[in-house]
Amino acid sequence: MSEDVHLSQICMDFGSFRAVNNVEVTIKPGEFFSFLGPSGCGKTTILRLISGFMEPTQGAVKIGGKDMKGIRPNARPTALIFQNLALFPLMPVWENITFGLEVRGVSKETRRAKAEELLQLVDLHDSADKRISQLSGGQKQRVAIARALAVEPKVMLLDEPLSALDLKLRQHMRAELRAIQKRTGVTFIYITHDQGEALAMSDRVGVMSQGILQQVATPQEIYNNPVNGFVASFVGENNVINGKVASVNGGMAQFETAKGSFHAKLGASVGLGDQAKLFVRPEFCSLQPASETKANSIAVEVTEIAFEGNFVNVFVRDNSGDTHMVQVQNDPSLPPPAPHTACQMVFNPESCMILSEAATSRHGH
Amino acid sequence: MQELIRRYGISLSVIMAAMTAFWLLALVVIPNLVLFKFSFRLYLPVDQLGGPNDVYTLKNYATFFSSPIHINVFFLTILYSSLVTIICLAVTYPLAYILAKVLKPTDTATFFLVLLIPLWVSEILRSFAWFIILSMQGPLNAILTGIGLIDKPIRWISGFQSVVIGLVYAYILFMLFPIYNAIQALDTNQIEASQDLGASTWRTHWRVIIPHAKPGIASGCVMVFMLCAGSVVVPTTLASTNSRWFTEIIQQWMFEGLDWNVGSAYAFLLLALCILFVSLVMRVLNVRLVDIAK
Ligand SMILES: Nc1ncnc2c1ncn2[C@@H]1O[C@H](COP(=O)(O)OP(=O)(O)OP(=O)(O)O)[C@@H](O)[C@H]1O
Ligand SMILES: [Mg+2]
Repeated sequence: MSEDVHLSQICMDFGSFRAVNNVEVTIKPGEFFSFLGPSGCGKTTILRLISGFMEPTQGAVKIGGKDMKGIRPNARPTALIFQNLALFPLMPVWENITFGLEVRGVSKETRRAKAEELLQLVDLHDSADKRISQLSGGQKQRVAIARALAVEPKVMLLDEPLSALDLKLRQHMRAELRAIQKRTGVTFIYITHDQGEALAMSDRVGVMSQGILQQVATPQEIYNNPVNGFVASFVGENNVINGKVASVNGGMAQFETAKGSFHAKLGASVGLGDQAKLFVRPEFCSLQPASETKANSIAVEVTEIAFEGNFVNVFVRDNSGDTHMVQVQNDPSLPPPAPHTACQMVFNPESCMILSEAATSRHGH
Repeated sequence: MQELIRRYGISLSVIMAAMTAFWLLALVVIPNLVLFKFSFRLYLPVDQLGGPNDVYTLKNYATFFSSPIHINVFFLTILYSSLVTIICLAVTYPLAYILAKVLKPTDTATFFLVLLIPLWVSEILRSFAWFIILSMQGPLNAILTGIGLIDKPIRWISGFQSVVIGLVYAYILFMLFPIYNAIQALDTNQIEASQDLGASTWRTHWRVIIPHAKPGIASGCVMVFMLCAGSVVVPTTLASTNSRWFTEIIQQWMFEGLDWNVGSAYAFLLLALCILFVSLVMRVLNVRLVDIAK
């Protein structure tokens, strides 16, 4: 039912511009895999390489162990859901859904039955004979999914399919997509620039920047143990402090900065004496009274408080004028310090990391 | 109109409206109405005008239906105009597709410029150029014999051959532009989606691109057909001894017979019958296209 996809050292050049740089990853059969990255980092290009609309300049795309070189999109076991869905406006819903079967010569009765079945699957009843223009955004979305599922692809490719929907529908469709993926067991390769989407839906996430795959890991791993500064700052919020690695002790290191010396976890590609950055997530910081000086702390003054409902963002300024953010749970019995209060921002060595910049050249796995 | 007034002020708007109205009325509607009136009256000596013989009648129209030769010419005109339309469509559709979806936009612009340059030369000159190209001792025969494709020159200007070639050349762009526009407006993702779902190139054209381009194809066909049927210059310039075009008969009535009355009756017949033919064909094709597509 599903196949693995192996991108073997692929590069894609447009003229002198390298849009995809030496990407190496194996996506497991039946996995929900997301490529996450900012606009223009090469996500769509990767999907087009897998679906066969482009051939890589270097490297190979293998699906189920088979090299796809020279195999045209209509002969690949993939189905692509386009960013703008690309439904056929001149065909009714059911013909859209079974277009892939029509081109395979399936009889009209069988197709019609299959269309009804798929419409059930995506929770769209009584819409078989509607025109595409009569559907809402979310319904079009489902038709696009049904149309792709109809050809029973081994691999489903989705190019930011939820980006056009409003927030509420997007969240609903996330769960829906995930459920459909589990039900069908098809390998899903999902593209998004929305980190929340990637973290919530995926088995594994590949974070990309400038054509380079920075990290491939589970959502938890990506969030808790980013391999470099790019991943850390693209996924989630951070307080960032520049400095230099002063001493190394196992996985931990002492980090010298203008704001003091901190004990922190040492990231993968950083070594003794390197210039690097310390990343501390706001939710791993706490505010303590200024009285007794603690380890891993910065003296700060509260500047602003933003109430977000279940948590509170406290903005603080240190002596050199840099602003940091501390996130605390909303607890009426323990309100955050008022603005202009002097206090210390404290963080646990286990929950902050010393990381280098993003990888910008070739790197192995 | 209100938008116009808001933009250009009342006086300029009135002038613009008046000029448009003048153009429509004085140069299009009134002359046609005059001819239309002519077509129901008889060609009489001056002294009988206004006399008892000057009555409204359908006689001029009856002249056509009682002349088997004219009817024959009419059908040949329709037949060969259709042929020209089909040839134009067959040549243009792939070209329009390539221009709209395969070539880079910069290349397309150059290509269009090259296509448009011949239009700067008048139709008569272009037809006459074809007359020279197609003549017995002309360049076409010289090239074909030169490269050994034929051993003796072909008489191109015989039957309707040369007229068809000339008409295809004269009106092919009227087919190209609407189809190009229609295909250009199609989202490329639709073509890719069709391929991605497993459709062959042929199937993608049949099910996705052609249905989308159908309005463009239809308007291109109607335009080319009507232009061909009403063409005068090409059929007269490239005519052979046995190719008569219906417009030539109208011309004969008007300028050789000086009988503008029968001439205008023939002109309106041509118009009416062509419209009838076109709407019939469109109807048939519509039904069939939809049928086959299902
Ligand atoms: N056909 C092409 N010719 C030239 N450059 C291209 C082409 N397609 C993409 N690029 C370039 O490659 C880079 C990556 O493009 P891609 O469409 O893969 O980005 P993306 O990650 O999907 O971005 P977005 O999130 O905005 O969709 C971009 O800088 C883009 O300009
Ligand atoms: Mg994209």
